[in-house]
Amino acid sequence: MDLKNKHFVIITTLMFSLGCKESVPILRNIEGQRIQINYTSSPKDSIENIIAPFRNRINQVLDSVLAYAPIAISKTDGTLNSPAGNLMADIVMQEVNPVFKARTGKNIDFVLLNHGSIRSIISAGNISERTAYEIMPFENSVVIAELDGKAIRAMVSFLIKSSVPHPIAGIQIIVDKNKSLQAVNIQGKPFDENKTYYVATSDYLITGGDKMDFLKEHISLTDSDYLIRNALIDYFKKIDTLTAATDNRFIQIN
Amino acid sequence: MERRKFISGTAASATFISIGGLSLNSCQDSANKHVTILHTNDVHSHIDPFPTDHSSYPNMGGLARRATLVDQIRKENPNTLLFDAGDIFQGTPYFNFYGGELEFKLMSMLKYDAATIGNHDFDNGINGLYAQLPYASFDFLSANYDFGNTLMDSHVRPYKTYMVDGIKIGVFGLGIELAGLVTKKLYQETVYLDPIEIAQDMSRTLKEEEKCNLIICLSHLGYQYQNPQKPDDLKLAARTENIDLIIGGHTHTFLDRPTIVNNRKNQQMLVNQVGCFGINLGRIDFYFDDGKQNGAEGVSIKV
Repeated sequence: MDLKNKHFVIITTLMFSLGCKESVPILRNIEGQRIQINYTSSPKDSIENIIAPFRNRINQVLDSVLAYAPIAISKTDGTLNSPAGNLMADIVMQEVNPVFKARTGKNIDFVLLNHGSIRSIISAGNISERTAYEIMPFENSVVIAELDGKAIRAMVSFLIKSSVPHPIAGIQIIVDKNKSLQAVNIQGKPFDENKTYYVATSDYLITGGDKMDFLKEHISLTDSDYLIRNALIDYFKKIDTLTAATDNRFIQIN
Repeated sequence: MERRKFISGTAASATFISIGGLSLNSCQDSANKHVTILHTNDVHSHIDPFPTDHSSYPNMGGLARRATLVDQIRKENPNTLLFDAGDIFQGTPYFNFYGGELEFKLMSMLKYDAATIGNHDFDNGINGLYAQLPYASFDFLSANYDFGNTLMDSHVRPYKTYMVDGIKIGVFGLGIELAGLVTKKLYQETVYLDPIEIAQDMSRTLKEEEKCNLIICLSHLGYQYQNPQKPDDLKLAARTENIDLIIGGHTHTFLDRPTIVNNRKNQQMLVNQVGCFGINLGRIDFYFDDGKQNGAEGVSIKV
């Protein structure tokens, strides 16, 4: 190959390679689809093998029997208070108060949770950790808010107007047949508007969940770092038989 | 079938075509390209399929099945990328027990390329997310969360580019406003920046500086809100340009097919979201040529 030809080859190669390299890809067609994942795809073995030990351990823990419920416990039996709501609020009071007392030297005056965060009925039969996950799948923890009389009055009005029974414990609300307030008792004593009270609630509600705006007016706030679900589990471990009922913590009198 | 206006450096590529015209064969390898984008969102720790007696999703979902499906598609087209639009965490005891370890391990095994960060990915706090990073071999992309003063600093990047069969793909992530949605104690000093402004910057960077052929946004903003002040994927699409696909999440919206939206330059692009809990896999196929084929201008979209 003489020099002249060599040059030609180099130049054309350069031109061609440039021509290919610099050609700009142009988008011409787009196709979109949604593929449902169902029985038609068989599970990949190598993935299944990784999952299996995790699944087995979870099932082993979740399904160990902790207690027994002779009858189902529901949040929809009852209008102003419900068996499931009373149980939840009572458990929070019993399990979290020692933590609060140890940290602050004070006692929880009452508990306020929300109806919506009880995510499942407790079926009659064995009670396990899985039960606690079904009732409370969220990672919400208990916080203790110090509220003044005005905020508590707003809370009582909110509870009276509410169409669902929000779980409470440690407080009693009595209304007449027209739903006018007759009495509020906290820890068995009449509500004193000039006092402040320690209210255990969830970190979901304190940050504005369920429009419980009166909780935003808290004077002080203490984290318990105690998950509501863990309070349930700890309680289930202590008891043999799980029962709950409606009572007179929120009643209408004629 | 929809058509969208055609914009590109056609004149520039045509010049090169006429120079290289003598030897079309040498260019044929690069003529037609096909890139497949697969995506999930809001899987929420749903590793196992739903039980067969489930009222809404009987026997649907399942990560090991998703793996088989992804394998099949990659076999069919090796030029495939796999993304997730956030809320990987929270929803089954797998998360409560193991904090996301298994979710990240399995996504890595499926060779996810990147994910953006959803509000529930903060459920064990910044520390909880950071603790699981060793199990993730994919990237976390978020352009509008500034993690500068958190443990996540330098573990999240605004965008990443991928070269797939000669097609340069730019992908960036966007997250939802955390205040009022996530407890401050969990997200700590993470700073939320306006997603639409950031997306305008990102798409410019990816188009003009990175010279991407395809631009994808992984968004955990949510599909649509009535409140005109609350950013969503449809608003984002309408107020930006150069984005070809928004892969959405957060609102658990089961779109039957991707939504075609006009961007601020009145060009059509796609917004997609495939529900939640790993029930669906989204698939978008992009077909390119080298611009030599006559003057038929426009992109055909079949959804």
